Amino acid sequence: MEYLIHLAILFLIYAILGISLNLIVGYTGLLSVTHAAFYGIGAYTTAILLTKGEIDFFVSVLLGIIIAIIISFLIGIVLSKFRGDYYALGSLGLNTIIFSIFLNWNNLTRGPLGIPGIARPELFGIDFTENINFLILVFIFFTLVFMLSHFIVNSSFGRVLKAIREDENTIQIFGYNTLYFKLAIFIISAAMAAIAGSLLASYITFIDPSSFVLMESIFIVAIIILGGLANLRGSILGALILILLPEALRFVGFPADIAAQMRQMVYGVILILLMLYRPQGLIGEYKL
Amino acid sequence: MAILETKNLTKNFDGIRAVDNLSIKIERGKVSGIIGPNGSGKTTLINLLSGVLQADKGVIVLSDSIKLTKIKPHTIASYGITRTFQDVRLFNQMTILDNILVVLTERNFWSAILEQHKDYHLDQAGDILKQLDLWDKRTELVVNLSYGQRKLLEIGRALAMKADIYLLDEPFAGLFPEMRKIVSGIIHKLREENKAIVLIEHNMDIIRELSDHVIVMDEGKLLAQGKPKEVLDRREVIEAYLGE
Repeated sequence: MEYLIHLAILFLIYAILGISLNLIVGYTGLLSVTHAAFYGIGAYTTAILLTKGEIDFFVSVLLGIIIAIIISFLIGIVLSKFRGDYYALGSLGLNTIIFSIFLNWNNLTRGPLGIPGIARPELFGIDFTENINFLILVFIFFTLVFMLSHFIVNSSFGRVLKAIREDENTIQIFGYNTLYFKLAIFIISAAMAAIAGSLLASYITFIDPSSFVLMESIFIVAIIILGGLANLRGSILGALILILLPEALRFVGFPADIAAQMRQMVYGVILILLMLYRPQGLIGEYKL
Repeated sequence: MAILETKNLTKNFDGIRAVDNLSIKIERGKVSGIIGPNGSGKTTLINLLSGVLQADKGVIVLSDSIKLTKIKPHTIASYGITRTFQDVRLFNQMTILDNILVVLTERNFWSAILEQHKDYHLDQAGDILKQLDLWDKRTELVVNLSYGQRKLLEIGRALAMKADIYLLDEPFAGLFPEMRKIVSGIIHKLREENKAIVLIEHNMDIIRELSDHVIVMDEGKLLAQGKPKEVLDRREVIEAYLGE
């Protein structure tokens, strides 16, 4: 049972990441590979505040969101001027820069040693040290992120995002300053990723920079491409499959020493097959 | 009084003068037909008037007072100018209804986040789509439409803007006769509503039927202008068009 709860928590954390990234990639058509950076910002904010100060977990989540908003605003001002391949390359560079900060700012992040001993939250006498309680907490955050995203994509704002994805030059002619729309969704998405990071830090109780490398951003992109671009449920489906798949592969009997590599290979093969036969993902509404 | 006027408008592309010292006037309640051979600068002119391109020289003046020079594309709609494109530019992986709704709603992103589907938006979109005979297909993706239907939808999107000036770049090209009737009816109605219509068209019968004023361009320059009867039979116009 503990094992299933563990998987459910990881699945929901990645579902938050997938939903939030889908707002940028699926709905706005901007291939961002910098999501792990904001995931990391949330995780490090919570980790540092909980280990160095007497700050409540929920306050640390809020501060993680605020820091992600500030950094995504600064990054987004530059990034929102790009589109297409340039956007992807720019975001790739930014993920690498932020990862380097996690790795090298030893005084703050302890560099490659990581930060251990991150506490689980407590609220109104409920102790979230119990995994089942933590699952409920993650589910609440997941629901909030899903509902907010659902509201956004069904608003006029969401419709403009889709139009930007389809033809940015044309929607500008009809009176929309697309730069602000791209910047706004980038910030919203980054804030949601920071929530996922805070949850991860508190759940695992240890973080190090290796969790926020470029490959992690690509993994989140893989989640939404697999599940479906421009479909929030697709992000959830993608997270479910890609979190459960390696667990299922345990029972296939891959030798333990190559299991991790096999997982990467399976991701790769799935993505290639999808691009060939179903470029919009399993339940997606948009083709890259 | 001209609602839109160009004064000595000039645009170069790598040394090629696409629009050359062009001075024209567009008036309310009139259809201004723009004709000329391929490459004469008609679409470049529309791109300049709609803020897609910036002029190298000259000015565009709105309502005798507002200079539309160095304006950004996203601001052009606020001056009451809208357009269609020669190569249809719709939002292909969106529904037909959403292609109309997207231009009916809030421009400010904070307001847009808070704005959900409203009945009055749907009613407006419905009126337009019914007029274009596309209402029954409203939930289909644009990518599934025929060329003619796409052309109609693009005109519908321009209508939804409730603009003062409509820049229509070859709206009749590739349409079946019944679709031409719909577009023709729309243009007549816009003229009755005292809107200014700029119509680029190659079909001289359509120009004769719809235009109140014809502007002939050749190699970026103004070759002739006036009433269709006076202009279309002039020798230099026929020569420029037919190369005779």
